[in-house]
Amino acid sequence: MSTLSERILGASAGEYVERKVDRAYVHDGTGVLTLEMWKQMGAELLSDLPQLYVLFDHIVPANNSTTATLQHELREFACGSFLHFSDIGGGICHQLMSEGVVLPGEVVVGADSHSCTLGAFGAFATGVGATDMAAIWLTGETWFRVPDSIGIHLSGSLRGGAEAKDLALSYVSRLTMDGGTYCALEFIGDGVKTLPMDDRLTLCNLSVETGAKTGMFYADDVTVRYLAAAGQKVRPQVPEPCTYSRELEFDLAEIVPLVAVSPRVDKVKPVQDLAGLSLDQVFIGTCTNGRYSDIARFAKIVKGKKVAVRTIVVPASRAVLAEAIRTGVLGDLVGAGCTIGSPGCGPCLGAHMGVLGEGEVCLSTANRNFKNRMGVGGEIYLSSVATAAASALAGEITEPEVD
Amino acid sequence: MWGAGHAVCLGPDIDTDMVIAGRYLRTKDHSVWVSHVFEDLDPALAGQLNGAVIVAGKNFGCGSSREQAAIALREAGVAAVIAPSFARIFFRNAINVGLPVIECTISCIEGEKVRFDLAAGWVEAAGNHYPIRPLSPRMREILTTGGLVNYWRGHR
Repeated sequence: MSTLSERILGASAGEYVERKVDRAYVHDGTGVLTLEMWKQMGAELLSDLPQLYVLFDHIVPANNSTTATLQHELREFACGSFLHFSDIGGGICHQLMSEGVVLPGEVVVGADSHSCTLGAFGAFATGVGATDMAAIWLTGETWFRVPDSIGIHLSGSLRGGAEAKDLALSYVSRLTMDGGTYCALEFIGDGVKTLPMDDRLTLCNLSVETGAKTGMFYADDVTVRYLAAAGQKVRPQVPEPCTYSRELEFDLAEIVPLVAVSPRVDKVKPVQDLAGLSLDQVFIGTCTNGRYSDIARFAKIVKGKKVAVRTIVVPASRAVLAEAIRTGVLGDLVGAGCTIGSPGCGPCLGAHMGVLGEGEVCLSTANRNFKNRMGVGGEIYLSSVATAAASALAGEITEPEVD
Repeated sequence: MWGAGHAVCLGPDIDTDMVIAGRYLRTKDHSVWVSHVFEDLDPALAGQLNGAVIVAGKNFGCGSSREQAAIALREAGVAAVIAPSFARIFFRNAINVGLPVIECTISCIEGEKVRFDLAAGWVEAAGNHYPIRPLSPRMREILTTGGLVNYWRGHR
């Protein structure tokens, strides 16, 4: 009788295990330091145990010659060492790993805190720093403390203007910024089957904002169908009775549109409490809400109208962008006055492509609203795609209309 | 593994963007991180860190996995970070770069001497003695060899 983490890691909560890593990935930000640390370890050969990936997403295309030089070195290494490599415009590392790569039951480690996103597939997926990753390049393994698990019971289905992002902000506000520390979040219950993969990825993505090691869904028919469409044949995972260190319950039908107020992701209020707050920028994208379904939902709301504030849309990957071109969604966005960015992280981390000025306010579909993150003196509010769309049209925080 | 320093007191939920902002990450020059450490929290802090023990509130190091945060503190001369709890990636990063991190709730008096001994398992501050849970033997070995790079150099 074990939690999904215990089952995958093969030990009980609280135990330390040395575990072979199935897939390990870095991006242009953490990869540079990983390579430096790996060289300092005196290494010449890469471990052939895990699949190793270098996926450029953080500052792409490079914003200045210093960044370009660092990226050049990492690119040369990745290509010369025959690592899986995705260059500028390919997309966000977590998104690429979600497009038919990560499979249920795998141990996946990324040198980025939002690697927890991939727990949506029933994998044990978590983030580490550069030196831990360098050791994985060297040995193919790493150590874990098997986490306690928090059970998040979902019932019913989302309705009205509420989205998975609103549910994510709900659980973050209940757990707070450290309520999940060292734990895994397991999303379970009848409500799970109503959530498509994109929603599950959004929910797992926010788990690290509670301090959690990962967020996880058991692979089910939804997972199997999603991966089958990507050419991967997998089986569902059957949950067992198990012990959770804490349990939360959410009736999805009761979730309402929410906003996380600058500068804390756990300071969450109903959209209507903030209605009328003037905006300078709206940003749609990131590993939280930059998937095709997000961008199409945004486009459906703004189509044929004009956004009232500068609005930046950054597709999470080339596949997302290509689909948006194919279906005409991209044209709708451009027609509505949106600015389209190259696939990647966009301005989320405040390095380029939409940095905020002093005193400016941005409504973003991302996962972090830390002080100064998108620019010194700028404020970030976090919301769902539908709230971002209604707000972009109004130029101020606005509740989404119900379909 | 022991040490001491003057206390620099910080609040809870200090994220790694606060330790070193994203706009300073794209370099291999560690001195850049040292000169901008805590810039968005309080620019005056950078000048107080040499020989300091940071005594922070809960959940220190939350947010981004950027290891530059731990490296910046180490290179700035921080002897250790003490907090009731840490975000797990920062905790691992700190051990991996040879920066002692200690899970302990202590009352912080700015500038007071704080002493610690990780092997014996205690922290002393303002005349109070606090027992701490010892690190795992492997983490202690990584710390005493100066970090994970040295640890693996020695194990090959």
